[in-house]
Amino acid sequence: MSAGVGVDLEKLWIRFGDFVAVRDANVNINGGDFFSFLGPSGCGKTTILRAVSGFLEPSEGKVLIGGNDMRGIGPNKRPTALIFQNLALFPLMKVWENITFSMEIKGASAAERRKRADELLDMIALPGQGDKLPSELSGGQRQRVAIARALCAEPDVLLLDEPLSALDLKLRQHMRTELREIQQRVGITFIYITHDQGEALTMSDNIAVMRAGVIDQIADGKTIYNDPNTAFAASFVGENNVFRGKVKQVMGNEALIATNRSGDLVARISTANQGKMKEGDDAMMFVRPEAFAIAPDGASGDHFVTARVNHEEFEGNVFNIFTEGEGGKEIKVSIPNHGQSFEDHTGQNITLEYETHNAVVVPAGELAAE
Amino acid sequence: MNNSFLRISIWVYLAIFFLYLLGPLVIMSITAFNSSGFPRMSPWECLTFQWFGELFQDQRILNGIKNSLIIGLGTVVLSVAMGLAGALMLTQIWPKLRATYYTIIIAPILIPGVVLGISTLVFWDRINRMLGLGADSFLSNGIFLTVIGQSTFIASYCMLVLVARLQRYDIALTEAALDLGASHAQAFRKILLPFMRPAIASAAVLAFLASFENYNTTTFTFGEYPTLTIELAQKVRYGITPAISALAFIIVALTVFFALLNEAKLKRQKLVAAARKNATVEELAGKIKLPSFFAGNAAAVLVVVFAIATITVVGTATAYDPGQCIADVREQKQLEAEQRIQQLREQREERRKQREAEEAEQGGAQSTPKPSNNSGFGNVFAPNSLGGDESESDDGSSEADPAPSNNSGFGNVFDPNSLQNDD
Ligand SMILES: Nc1ncnc2c1ncn2[C@@H]1O[C@H](COP(=O)(O)OP(=O)(O)OP(=O)(O)O)[C@@H](O)[C@H]1O
Ligand SMILES: [Mg+2]
Repeated sequence: MSAGVGVDLEKLWIRFGDFVAVRDANVNINGGDFFSFLGPSGCGKTTILRAVSGFLEPSEGKVLIGGNDMRGIGPNKRPTALIFQNLALFPLMKVWENITFSMEIKGASAAERRKRADELLDMIALPGQGDKLPSELSGGQRQRVAIARALCAEPDVLLLDEPLSALDLKLRQHMRTELREIQQRVGITFIYITHDQGEALTMSDNIAVMRAGVIDQIADGKTIYNDPNTAFAASFVGENNVFRGKVKQVMGNEALIATNRSGDLVARISTANQGKMKEGDDAMMFVRPEAFAIAPDGASGDHFVTARVNHEEFEGNVFNIFTEGEGGKEIKVSIPNHGQSFEDHTGQNITLEYETHNAVVVPAGELAAE
Repeated sequence: MNNSFLRISIWVYLAIFFLYLLGPLVIMSITAFNSSGFPRMSPWECLTFQWFGELFQDQRILNGIKNSLIIGLGTVVLSVAMGLAGALMLTQIWPKLRATYYTIIIAPILIPGVVLGISTLVFWDRINRMLGLGADSFLSNGIFLTVIGQSTFIASYCMLVLVARLQRYDIALTEAALDLGASHAQAFRKILLPFMRPAIASAAVLAFLASFENYNTTTFTFGEYPTLTIELAQKVRYGITPAISALAFIIVALTVFFALLNEAKLKRQKLVAAARKNATVEELAGKIKLPSFFAGNAAAVLVVVFAIATITVVGTATAYDPGQCIADVREQKQLEAEQRIQQLREQREERRKQREAEEAEQGGAQSTPKPSNNSGFGNVFAPNSLGGDESESDDGSSEADPAPSNNSGFGNVFDPNSLQNDD
């Protein structure tokens, strides 16, 4: 129990007619984890969540909660609580009635319910607001009421479907920390859905990156950021510069890539693809904007790129330099701002340098849409 | 210039429109207070409340109201239940079938009520016989048949009302309830039904009104339980009295009252909602005192005016005695009638003389049409008078006839009192 209740998806397929919404998903979520599904709109995240909460029967494969196969068990019998994408607070019930709806179902007295509601309202920092209607709350307050309502049902697994997407940036950032805190306090498994990679990275123990019904990679945030499995994962999570080309030579865990426009460049083969890439394969090399540094003029070699600066931008924590490499190849560079003086390069030719372990090679594949 | 012309035409148009819409109701309501035995506004005889008294002594009308209420309630329950089921079905059904299903379920509204009445009667009669039950069984009971017959199409109205609200329902609310452990029945009762409550109330009112005023279908199914509309129709067949105007007046007054009450309630909710937005709970509790019920709420003021007017009228009615006035009018009428009879006799005498002279000329081959006497129908159906004096028959067909009705072609046919007098 201390470890919480885990959730496993085994060879899970979900079809709507001919359309495959989820394709062969295999996921093990440890009890007590904060686990995120990250992917663009329409990739099947909600569908997976609905299969876990019991609103959808899988076409094939299994959903296991705490090791028990959930086939044929309805949503009202599963130890899960779902926070809906649009919250779905009951509009005609007061906040305290909303929060304790699960107790009302079990026949708890009004006094018991009020007491529990007050405790939960304290926890979500909305004391004394129990007698309002949901429509009289702000977006962030409604959000917290939805969380309290789900927690009141004392689920083993809390499922959250993009609960922060409707909030403004400040509130979203605040709620991220708050959600993470609540999760650590109650110690149950959270399965969180988002298309915002920032949210996934800041909150999760583990992340599954999804693309059009397929799970590309499951790992912790650092791994996904630094060591993506696929071109999609590399381009969807964080900003990345992509160099297309062919593998010219494999040297252990490194490869020399003959890029289409920027000459031969060397990079590390991502862990999942090591030993699988060979000479002549189509490949994509990714270098993050912050992995570039400005090298002295004239430097050349297999980890240097020359480019002309189009324009520059000051973002506060970084200076962004938008450059154009050979053949019109766009390269973005971010130089961290630690108070150094910074000269304007606009119109100049500069040489960019990266360290080999900061460039990653994966087999060529679909990129995330901008 | 042009603009003001436009504005004036709009006002004129509105005036005509409302005159057309409300004129008959207003006139009918006024006739309820005229002591004249035939419902008329002019000549005004005496202010009286006797027709209301007469109305409430009419056992058939009272019985009709009772039956209408019972049937109305039955229809409300059945129609709203069926309408809700139909509406839910519409949202659940396979999308491709939805249009077809919708058409089928709306069809009863388009089918003439008469057809529905007849088919209800025939259908349940068959079932009754199939089950081997007698003519006095439950299935051939007038109340049961009428409720069933009316519900066939009233349920469709209800469904339309309910569907409109159901389309605004977020199915995620039901899912949320299920997810929190509710059974399907609990989710329905605790989430969907409360959401649908306003629409259910509207549908119920609609169903009740539709049932109350229905005639076409009911006329085939009422059996031994004639509703108010049926009773009225049968009454009118034997002549119309101001007691029916009195009933119409009561119905109009009740309608206006409830419409105003509803309006006042809505307005109040709006005001409260507006107040809630920028007031704390304590402030509000203090604010919603009686005086503020009227603040900015014209409908509420009207409701109160209406109530006071009703009390005044009822008070006057109990104290007021139009006896003297009625006696005066009667005397005058009798005088007029005598004069009239005198006149008629003279006319007839004159004509006979004329005819005799003509017959004598022609040799008298034709049979003489019988001269009609002092029957209740006056001379209207006599071929002579039809041909002889057209203006007489015209008078009889117009209700708001300014000329004294005793002179009309119909004579006093619709006036029970005068019927008795003549006989
Ligand atoms: N009931 C359904 N019938 C048919 N197709 C469906 C159904 N539900 C979802 N889909 C399809 O499945 C795909 C995945 O939908 P899903 O709702 O899981 O996306 P999502 O990842 O949650 O997207 P978003 O971030 O926009 O919420 C979509 O292409 C959608 O059109
Ligand atoms: Mg979704």
